[in-house]
Amino acid sequence: MTASATASKAGWRVKQPSIIPGFGLTLGFSLTYLSLIILIPITGLLWRTAELGWSGFFAILTDERTIRALTVSFGTAFAAALINVIFGTILAWVLTRYRFPGRRLIDAMVDLPFALPTAVAGIAFASLYAPNGWIGSLFMPFRIAFTPYGIVIALIFIGLPFVVRTVQPIMEEIDGEVEEAAATLGANRFQTIFQVLLPSLTPAVLTGFALAFARGVGEYGSVIFIAGNIPYVSEIAPLLIVIRLEEFNYAGATAIATIMLLISFAMLLVINLIQAWSRRRYGNV
Amino acid sequence: MSDNRRTFRNPADEGFATKLVLVGLSLVFLAFFLFLPLVSVFVEAFREGWVTYEEALTEPDAWAAIQLTLTVAAIAVPLNLVFGLAAAWAIAKFEFKGKAFLITLIDLPFSISPVISGLVYVLLFGSGSLLGPFLKSYGIEILFAVPGIVLATVFVTFPFVARELIPLMQDQGTGDEEAALSLGASGWQTFWYVTLPNVKWGLLYGVLLCNARAMGEFGAVSVVSGRIRGLTNTMPLHVEILYNEYNMVAAFAVASLLALLALVTLALKTLLELRFGAGAAGGRH
Amino acid sequence: MEVRINNIRKEFDRFAALHDVSLDIASGELIALLGPSGSGKTTLLRLIAGLDFPTDGKIFFGEEDASHHSVQERHVGFVFQHYALFRHMTVAQNIGFGLKVRPSATRPPKAEIKKRVSDLLDMVQLSGLENRYPNQLSGGQRQRVALARAMAIEPRILLLDEPFGALDAKVRKELRRWLREFHDRTGHTTVFVTHDQEEALELADRVVVMSQGKIEQVGSADDVYDRPQSPFVFSFIGESSHLPVEVKDGAVLFQGEPIGLSEGENTTGDLFFRPEDVVLTDEQHALSGKVTACRRLAGTRIAEIDIANNGHAPFHVEVEVPLHAPIELGAETRFRPTRWKIFSK
Repeated sequence: MTASATASKAGWRVKQPSIIPGFGLTLGFSLTYLSLIILIPITGLLWRTAELGWSGFFAILTDERTIRALTVSFGTAFAAALINVIFGTILAWVLTRYRFPGRRLIDAMVDLPFALPTAVAGIAFASLYAPNGWIGSLFMPFRIAFTPYGIVIALIFIGLPFVVRTVQPIMEEIDGEVEEAAATLGANRFQTIFQVLLPSLTPAVLTGFALAFARGVGEYGSVIFIAGNIPYVSEIAPLLIVIRLEEFNYAGATAIATIMLLISFAMLLVINLIQAWSRRRYGNV
Repeated sequence: MSDNRRTFRNPADEGFATKLVLVGLSLVFLAFFLFLPLVSVFVEAFREGWVTYEEALTEPDAWAAIQLTLTVAAIAVPLNLVFGLAAAWAIAKFEFKGKAFLITLIDLPFSISPVISGLVYVLLFGSGSLLGPFLKSYGIEILFAVPGIVLATVFVTFPFVARELIPLMQDQGTGDEEAALSLGASGWQTFWYVTLPNVKWGLLYGVLLCNARAMGEFGAVSVVSGRIRGLTNTMPLHVEILYNEYNMVAAFAVASLLALLALVTLALKTLLELRFGAGAAGGRH
Repeated sequence: MEVRINNIRKEFDRFAALHDVSLDIASGELIALLGPSGSGKTTLLRLIAGLDFPTDGKIFFGEEDASHHSVQERHVGFVFQHYALFRHMTVAQNIGFGLKVRPSATRPPKAEIKKRVSDLLDMVQLSGLENRYPNQLSGGQRQRVALARAMAIEPRILLLDEPFGALDAKVRKELRRWLREFHDRTGHTTVFVTHDQEEALELADRVVVMSQGKIEQVGSADDVYDRPQSPFVFSFIGESSHLPVEVKDGAVLFQGEPIGLSEGENTTGDLFFRPEDVVLTDEQHALSGKVTACRRLAGTRIAEIDIANNGHAPFHVEVEVPLHAPIELGAETRFRPTRWKIFSK
């Protein structure tokens, strides 16, 4: 009788028993803080959007300028993430496989976009890639800064470490025996790399892509200086939110923010699905 | 030896030419996207010599921005540090329902556009909200004032410490704590003498990244600050104002301080990784 | 396919991993390379495969000098210690990989690859698992997939590096028997590396005992167990004890005293014997010592005996004693080897 009582109680128990103290205190504090800082403000945003009603929400989203801004944000983030997948993978390969002078420094510098304030990156890129800048002048008459290409440039910078730091550890884990196995089976180096090594990195590359893309869509500081911010052409969605706010058009800002928030959640879900799928199939991420 | 002698090629090796091309490609890519932008910050800052540089930094508005940035970081980082410890303790040392969901929520600010992070507070405390006018009637200003900047900064730097500590403390399990408790230590003593020393380097790593982001945050802060010179202007915002006034040397001078902060952060981070292995410093940013 | 290894030497950064090793392997033979870690056995296997290149010496596959052929050209089936299965490919894709990567001129059509994969799966008794991923298989199953994958390219010889090393004891025994049958059925020349003497003795036609980059002895299980040719082989394979002795005028002397054994030439060296090749005796000329411990080992009983050594640390030997005649601890016991070998210093 006692046993069955405990068993049924265990089924309802939120927490497994433990002799370690402090569960209530730490979880309570964490949840309170999380609610105050993150959850209540975000709920407020969603609440404001709900007040708009479907038709109001829809009207703002189908506004030409909103659509263009979202297209610019998603298009440039996608292009930048794609470029980062290629160069990020090459970079991860070079850093894990080769030994050359300066490798350590480069490895450390890959994290620069994590550490460098976005505004600093923004003005640096704007002046470098401007028509009279060090790099921009090389490409004249093709203009990079103040066009969507400029946005892509800034987002490549922002997204690079996401790809490298996701792919690199998986690459380091590859067992040398796998490459030798491919060779004993008759595969040449090209086949080994493209049919054995790179495909085994697919989940990591996809995750890196998704992370870089998600970050790129929401990026603001590094983009606005180089973008030129021409409405319908190089105006990104986060900037449009700021513009609507400055016009005291809270409804407009709220609607755009909500749709971006929902897409962020979707990206988060996609990333988790990729990792779950990869864990199930390959046994690790 | 015999005439069919060939040099032996390691089957897991691409050959010198391929390596050279890949390393070269990586270096060119990094030059365009990492090194030149970084170098340009310092070159532009010192374009008109040391005296102008010094003047740009000691000018009252710049000085006020520096002070505000330090103040905001000094509040935001300890708050998130305490939260990180509490959340990691609850998550790593106990089994409870909804844990995975809680971890996802903690990660949320990473996937939200900084502009939205600011916007949620504008909606919560702005003139159209319930809270804003209520607090104002008591003389409490949140928006376009220091509290708003702190809140926005806390939001965007929310996950950093927790994100470093959770996997680290999960790896370490509960064995050490159980041993300490069985030897008669109290909960606080266990935390202070056993848990904390075990995670101190990971903690430092998280604080480092948290601080870098807190001092460098642009998008979220720009939405809530109102950019009142000398009052609600942080360093990144000050960079923007100077840049938009075409005061390039001053803009880059302030930016160079932030870039220096990033370089110091990277150096310390690399040092931590070298000394204590990537294990002390896992997690994604 | 027979394999001849002629005077192979291999140095890694000045460190000699193999010194002047020669070995002839007959077609269809199952050979074990046995030795402790660092003996060079895996290096030798990798040199045969072409995964490493010898500093000096030649390797012949039949009449063909394969020394300068790349690993791809050698057509050897290699089963890696940790299997090295491609984790993003299914079992079927793993097995078919070697056929798929052939140049189009020699690549079999898709249907044929499929047929071959299915035949190989039958052969390794894994039919029905073709769409699984390696991660979804047990250790023993992965092992057999690795073997099937190596067999798919119709290798000229089959090389296995510690094939059972990563498996638990029970599976290991099953797979060992299974590999023997597999070999008897397919008749491939097979070389495997192991540090487990039981495995080598049970499985191989001939055992190559290696130590410190040299071959110590090549022979059947009986040869290496009953007729070890070096002190290393005697002590590495099976249990043994040894004592410093002198041979004078046909008699073997231990600590200057005859112990009732006779030998031809005068020499000094070490007397080796196995615990089971010992009789207890009452005779005057014999070895004697104090029993310090007695333990049951399966169907026998082993006594540990310390022989006094003039105040130095005593010599320690182990002898088998009859089960029915228990020995008292501390008792002085006299014994004499019935089979032994003296290796001169």
